[in-house]
Amino acid sequence: MIPTIESAVPTEKSEKVSEEERRVILSARALRAGYGAAEILKGVDFPVRERVVTAVIGPSGCGKSTLIRCLNRLHESVPGGWCEGELLLDGEDLLRIDPVLLRRRIGMVFQRPNPFPSMSIRQNVAAGLTLNGVRARRVVDERVERALSDAALFSEVKDRLDESALGLSGGQQQRLCIARALAVEPEVLLLDEPCSALDPIATARIEELLFELKKRLTIVTVTHNMQQAARVSDYTAFLLMGELVECGPTRQVFTRPADKRTEDYITGRFG
Amino acid sequence: MRFPDYARRKQVDRFATALSAACAFFALAALFAILGYIASKGAAAVNWDFLTQLPKPVGEIGGGIANSIVGTAKIVGLAALLGGPIGILGGIYLSEYASSRTAFWVRYAADALNGVPSIVMGIFAYSIIVLPLKRFSGLAGSIALGVILIPIVLRNTEEFMRLVPRSVREGALALGIPRWKCVLRVALPTAAPGVLTGLLLGISRIAGETAPLIFTAFGNRFWDQGMLHPMASLPLTIYTYAISPYEDWHRQAWAGAFILLMFVLTANILARLLMRRPTGGHS
Amino acid sequence: MTMKRHFDDDLQAMRSRLLEMGAACEEMVQYALKLLAERSSQYMDEVRRREDIVNRLHVEVDEQCLQLIARYQPAAGDLRMIAAALKINSDLERIGDQAVNIAENGMFFIAQPHMMLFHVPRMAELACSMLKDSLDAFSRKDVEKARAVLRKDDEEDELKGRVFKELMALMQSDPSTIQRGLDIILIARNLERIADHATNIAEDVIFMVAGRDVRHGAGR
Repeated sequence: MIPTIESAVPTEKSEKVSEEERRVILSARALRAGYGAAEILKGVDFPVRERVVTAVIGPSGCGKSTLIRCLNRLHESVPGGWCEGELLLDGEDLLRIDPVLLRRRIGMVFQRPNPFPSMSIRQNVAAGLTLNGVRARRVVDERVERALSDAALFSEVKDRLDESALGLSGGQQQRLCIARALAVEPEVLLLDEPCSALDPIATARIEELLFELKKRLTIVTVTHNMQQAARVSDYTAFLLMGELVECGPTRQVFTRPADKRTEDYITGRFG
Repeated sequence: MRFPDYARRKQVDRFATALSAACAFFALAALFAILGYIASKGAAAVNWDFLTQLPKPVGEIGGGIANSIVGTAKIVGLAALLGGPIGILGGIYLSEYASSRTAFWVRYAADALNGVPSIVMGIFAYSIIVLPLKRFSGLAGSIALGVILIPIVLRNTEEFMRLVPRSVREGALALGIPRWKCVLRVALPTAAPGVLTGLLLGISRIAGETAPLIFTAFGNRFWDQGMLHPMASLPLTIYTYAISPYEDWHRQAWAGAFILLMFVLTANILARLLMRRPTGGHS
Repeated sequence: MTMKRHFDDDLQAMRSRLLEMGAACEEMVQYALKLLAERSSQYMDEVRRREDIVNRLHVEVDEQCLQLIARYQPAAGDLRMIAAALKINSDLERIGDQAVNIAENGMFFIAQPHMMLFHVPRMAELACSMLKDSLDAFSRKDVEKARAVLRKDDEEDELKGRVFKELMALMQSDPSTIQRGLDIILIARNLERIADHATNIAEDVIFMVAGRDVRHGAGR
């Protein structure tokens, strides 16, 4: 027993405590949502902790996309979409503020890369600024470069910033979309199956990126790839038929889930 | 494994392929026959004087159709300025904002308008412009053509706006960009090549309209005195010359048809070139 | 709702191989003890033959577990099962070694004049039952049985202490017993180790089934 070594080596326990101490920055309470008469989310309590990656997993149609689309209120922009309950960001009720303002604080990246076809790479990244009235060229250029660097894309595109974004590969387009979201400097970044259209190498790059980004941002990612959830997330939420079955530290959910249904799903017994 | 009627199926397949090829060839042949006929009859009569001079008095050989070319440019230009923006904005409204019930009726009205015979448009413009002003005018022609243009551009704009993927709009909304800006600054530029193509094709369509101009622009053998006065136009002149008894006018009608054809062809080619620009997504 | 998985077949194959290995280990321990009890060296061959089997299965089970992890990326209960199997596998291999040690010490012991075995028969009985119960608990995923194994470990430790103390006294009073006494001490120690490994197996079974870590006295 040498005390210096004891104190120098961080034990798993101490890490666990700090992770669990992370403040809940965004939370849904008794959240119900759907389209018209169809109810997709049936009263979900979903806590999102600050500066960690929270993964939402579940079978197709369980409502995982709907859940994160409620968080930036994009769900309601679809005809027939409705959402009720409580959504709190830093104690502020999101259902009471202007969705446009809210979306500048909660960014989103989609399943398929969706660069704006009419814009160059630079214009794409700058869109959230220029279309919201930021005109100073110097500020915009600086933020574009920083966002591209943060999305690990700058070195690949720095010589063709004024070319069409459609010339990029799928993986590059998706990182461009991440950069576009980052340029607005949101507090929370939502990712809706960000890698489902990408090959394994492009997927690995995005996953690496998440480890960097979570140092500054709160990240919620929906994925149908359980291994991906296990790799990248700190918290995992399991959604089944519109209900949140389990939400806890990923280390626990993937080794000793509390609920039998979670166990069946993550071990592939779910049919 | 061999299917018993494989040989027969293969024959049917060959026959169907040959038939559709023949039909395609027939359509193309008809097009080129018309183009070739007009070019052979008209191109020879086109010269500098024809393009720059006014018509000679009846009975005299020669003269040109300069006033008709300018008149068509003016009438069609004004029609485009009237009908284009209304059509484009209406199309945007239809694809972006209209509830499904409203959209149904607007679309229905546009399709009905599109089906109205063009001569009825002429009568309409006659009764709301010509009668109150007690004078035929280019303006009335422009309004008649503009109204014809509206449903064409509107439906086309709607179609192309709908082709802008939902994901692109949501991408813009998710950045905290207000809805109207998403439409005007992201969706519309994405659809722009298609929208402009539709506008060009619509313009080339109305440029060839004759019937609506009979009661409105009326025609003029001299330089017009402004939009509020009778005005010459190419289709009208071609019509007048073609049904006249004079040999020289027939010749000039062919030449005029050739000029009109060139104009329409140019607009079409321009439209194709526009469409070649990538519009949305990568295939 | 439950779906049939090909994974389950492979997992089952690995489990039955591990149980086969457990049975071979049990027999090794039993033959080593028989050698001692019946003072008959003929059982040494039986122990040796099973040692080869255990060594082969040890490598095979490890390989099967690695394959399962690499190819199926198991999670939750499946993952715990494979992790437990890997640990039980090495515990069993150690138990086999311990049985060989007992047999070898036994060979020395029976070559010498007769001497009583003190608490060794009781220790052997206890160790064998712990091993058997831990393997039963594994095969039936029986947490209660595994807990019963944990409770027996204290008695085994205590018996070993008594063997040590009583033999120490004997060897001091009669130096001619030192050679045989040391053999018995070594045998007792090996039995105690077998009981420890059986305890480890029982702990792994509890983790595997209930997801609770009960090692080092936590949460018993």
